Amino acid sequence: MTPLERYESLVDDVEAFRAACDRPLPSVVRVNTIKATVERVREALDEEGITYDPADWHPGVLRLPEDSPGRNWPHAHGWIHGQEEVSNLPALVLDPQPGDRVWDACAAPGSKTTQLAALMEDSGVLVGNDNNLGRLSALRHNAERLGVTNLVVTNQDARNFSLKPLGEGQEGGVNAFDAALVDAPCSCEGTIRKNPDAFDTWSLDHVHSVAGVQKGILRRAIQATRPGGTVVYSTCTFAPEENEAVLDHVLDAEPCRIVDFDAPLDGVPGVTEWEGEEYDPSVEKALRIYPHHNDTGGFFCAKLEVAE
Amino acid sequence: MTDGATNDGQRFDRLPSTADDREVVGRATRSEVIEWWVDRFGLPADTFEGYTFWEKGAGKIWIFAGDVPSPTDVEGLGMTFLRTRQEHWKPTTNAVQRFGREATRNVLVLDPDEAVRFLAGEDLEPAWDGDWGYLIVAHEIAGGVEPIGVGLYVHDELRSVIPKGRRASLAPPE
Repeated sequence: MTPLERYESLVDDVEAFRAACDRPLPSVVRVNTIKATVERVREALDEEGITYDPADWHPGVLRLPEDSPGRNWPHAHGWIHGQEEVSNLPALVLDPQPGDRVWDACAAPGSKTTQLAALMEDSGVLVGNDNNLGRLSALRHNAERLGVTNLVVTNQDARNFSLKPLGEGQEGGVNAFDAALVDAPCSCEGTIRKNPDAFDTWSLDHVHSVAGVQKGILRRAIQATRPGGTVVYSTCTFAPEENEAVLDHVLDAEPCRIVDFDAPLDGVPGVTEWEGEEYDPSVEKALRIYPHHNDTGGFFCAKLEVAE
Repeated sequence: MTDGATNDGQRFDRLPSTADDREVVGRATRSEVIEWWVDRFGLPADTFEGYTFWEKGAGKIWIFAGDVPSPTDVEGLGMTFLRTRQEHWKPTTNAVQRFGREATRNVLVLDPDEAVRFLAGEDLEPAWDGDWGYLIVAHEIAGGVEPIGVGLYVHDELRSVIPKGRRASLAPPE
């Protein structure tokens, strides 16, 4: 059984699901509004004769059917950043505001982090953390290329993230975040269109062990966010063990609830049972995106609110 | 001033506001850093209001849109901005791209072919009768002049100092 066959009982249209998973993904870029407007990027691409096709759900997401995203002037200026279409979703759902204090718990290599910075209009404090020191250099490189100046980069285990380096308890320090993104490490089946070898390292043991890490990171994100603040949880896996089961665990363990959100992309609700396990009914407020829904990679996204 | 205080390359220290507040010998001050940028490139005087400036590594200055208590032991704080270790201060490519659009002085605008070669890391001999030293190198794109990066102009030659990771080979414009 391939990892995909494991999820066919969950999928609404198995034939379309299989067909979409076999198609490669187009190059997609996000307009970096810290350095350029959508209009100016389009003008610059026109000048270079580069074909682009704006996503119907977001004017700042451009498909480049004939070009690699890295060999043109808008890229050299940091006006655009190669970022898969569906991975634009979690930062938009988190919707951070200018001046906010925001934590990106698993930030490297930084596509979503830099998108958060743009949504914050490069103001406030954005903390991009990753436990992998090697991957932090990619995060820093991308952030600098895109002109981000509100980013603090930290190298901690997100499960017991300390606010001490941010001056917790001191005047002017960060004692809690207004919002947090947990774009968790996962078994990545949803990236099969981009990474054909995504299944090579797949195992059920890995699913279970990474689920433990995900629970720990999401719990810490709830704890580190102020009452009334927002936490978004996202993955690129279809495994309910890494999605709804993680939400179910955190609902029990921390003072929070799952809330509805308006999704600009099509998807289906979270599942409330899987292989004999039943989850809290509110996990249906999460969004499962299969590759055939919007012709993207697969994705999972949920929005949580920390109890007042 | 505390005698013998030195820069600790493992942490970020906020720059002193002025020379009177300086505790680490030789450390640039906030006002010197802003003055250098504003003077050299003719930027509006309020360009850097609200930003904080930090040093990690001797002479390596970072610009941060927010603020946190100093010192702080983190991996990055905003963007690398300016190198002050040598006699001639050197702005970073990323800072020039981020803040150089408003520059009115020491901006060398290349023609399209030269711009492509500059981005690829080639040294050029463009027409320029202005100052020697570090210049903002720009070109026209999408209805405006946009900074590409930093060039060092000496002896009638423009040396590309775009870091290797930011160089790119583009097809020449048709």
